Amino acid sequence: MVSGNPLDIESLSYTYVNLPVLDEISLSVKKGEILGILGPNGCGKTTLLKNLNRNLHPHKGCVLIDGSDIEEISKKEIAKKVGVVPQSNEIRFAFTVREIVGMGRMPFQDSFRGASSKDLEIIEKAMEQTGVLSMADRLINTMSGGERQRVIIARAISQTPEIILMDEPTLHLDINMQFEVLDLIKRLSKENDLTVIIVSHDLPMVTRYCDRIVLIHDHKVFAMGTPEEILTEENMRAVFNVDAKLEKDPRTGNNTVRLFGSCKV
Amino acid sequence: MEKGLKITIIIILLTVMLMMSILLDLSWAPRHLSLGEVWDALMGRGTWGNDIIVNGHNAPRVFFGIFVGAALGVTGGVMQAIFRNPLASPYLLGLSSGASLGAAIAIMVSIPLIPVVVVQPLLAFVFCLGTMMLVYTLSRTVGGVRTETLILAGVAVSSLFSAVVSFMTYIAPSEKMQSIVFWSMGNLGMVGWENILVAVPVIVIGIIIMVFNSKNLNAMMLGDAHAMDLGIDVRNVRLLLIVVSSFVVASAVAFVGSIGFIGLVVPHIFRLLLGPDNRLILPLSAFGGAAFILMCDYVARLGAQYYGVLPIGVVTAMVGAPFFIYLLSKKRSEVGW
Repeated sequence: MVSGNPLDIESLSYTYVNLPVLDEISLSVKKGEILGILGPNGCGKTTLLKNLNRNLHPHKGCVLIDGSDIEEISKKEIAKKVGVVPQSNEIRFAFTVREIVGMGRMPFQDSFRGASSKDLEIIEKAMEQTGVLSMADRLINTMSGGERQRVIIARAISQTPEIILMDEPTLHLDINMQFEVLDLIKRLSKENDLTVIIVSHDLPMVTRYCDRIVLIHDHKVFAMGTPEEILTEENMRAVFNVDAKLEKDPRTGNNTVRLFGSCKV
Repeated sequence: MEKGLKITIIIILLTVMLMMSILLDLSWAPRHLSLGEVWDALMGRGTWGNDIIVNGHNAPRVFFGIFVGAALGVTGGVMQAIFRNPLASPYLLGLSSGASLGAAIAIMVSIPLIPVVVVQPLLAFVFCLGTMMLVYTLSRTVGGVRTETLILAGVAVSSLFSAVVSFMTYIAPSEKMQSIVFWSMGNLGMVGWENILVAVPVIVIGIIIMVFNSKNLNAMMLGDAHAMDLGIDVRNVRLLLIVVSSFVVASAVAFVGSIGFIGLVVPHIFRLLLGPDNRLILPLSAFGGAAFILMCDYVARLGAQYYGVLPIGVVTAMVGAPFFIYLLSKKRSEVGW
């Protein structure tokens, strides 16, 4: 059963202490696309993301990477294909940027040997692509949130993955940094033919960058498709309880969502 | 300074310090021996008296001291990485108070036919491991074991056991009370070669396993989620390392009593000098821990003719705690607090 998709999720359910967190989620991700998984806080988005690289195990259904069930692949093999940019990047130990980015090569190395010359090349390129090469020797615990985010993205890139998962990439970032990080991801996705899955509740910000969007509501897939198809006023009202409208930015041609206010009646 | 050069200098200094402290500690005797006399005795050229002092009396203590120091230094570094907590040490999880309780019970309750020299390390060892298992079980929740819960469970169990030991000390007859107190402050001088044969292999194998997990520990220092994302089976690696470090610590403290601050101070010094990469920190902490414990042992014995040999735990704390306070006040950001 090969779909040709880098990632398929088949009727995945996850419960936490008898409460359903995810209920029969099915979706497919196409190669090279940026997929936004949007929904209000507490709808199960982050749990879904953690199920995608086996940090959590689904109670029903399965996740397929390149057609194979991830429960049957080792964590190391998954890490060769899936890079993750987690929500919180608070790091208290004084690793240098180069050391952090270098950890992206761990799935490819054995337990004690250092980096090969090929590893070093990949690490250097990942830092260059993400614009952190000039800060390679700086300490991670002295950096700002946006800089740290870029370092973690560089680490994910150095895993040479097919898929990158991002959990709330705009959270905790200044507005200009949000654009910078998402622009970076968009560019990297093009340059490296990467599939990107972004989980977020930041409707207006993430919509600009996504090829397709999945709306999650009440632990289920509410709608799935291009922003034009599914970000209707009714859907946004139903899922986010906001009065909002999808528009095309006349200057850039990007989609953008205008928020008018809450839908309290 | 370039990092390679820095590492070389540190290794040279450390080797010199370790050699010096080995010779100094071997030289201890009521009538002080010169380092030349120690060397001669070691090489089999010493006088009959010096041979007994150095090879007979001091050598087992110094030899075992090297491994105890290494054990405590490395497990300290490992615990700080596993728990992402600069305060973590073998003692935080109640290992030491568990061992103390075991030893205190052995001292208090004499079992017929089995001498207390056998029962005491045995019970200390068993209680040390048992405490670890208790703490680990207590902190298991639905989603696995959280490090914060583990630390809290460690602190709680540790306080309870310490209280029981205090109670036993209080009600014990005076000669037993003295040995409980002495044991709970540490003493390298109680070991013989037969103990060493039991403990050293466990310590060496444990240290090798821990050092081979350096890279995994590096990733775990960023956070469990980061480490999982990098393909590490965090739950199993953490369990393995907790079990291994419990065995290593139990093998050390069962014979020498609880000795604090080595696991806390030594890894921090190297982290301050070289950054947090465990591939450097763990092996260096083994050598640093060995040098530190022998120097403290030597100091503990300096004033022996006036007030007897000090418990070594007193010296390690008196040297370690001020240094720790210095780190806390001056170097907070460099160590990552």
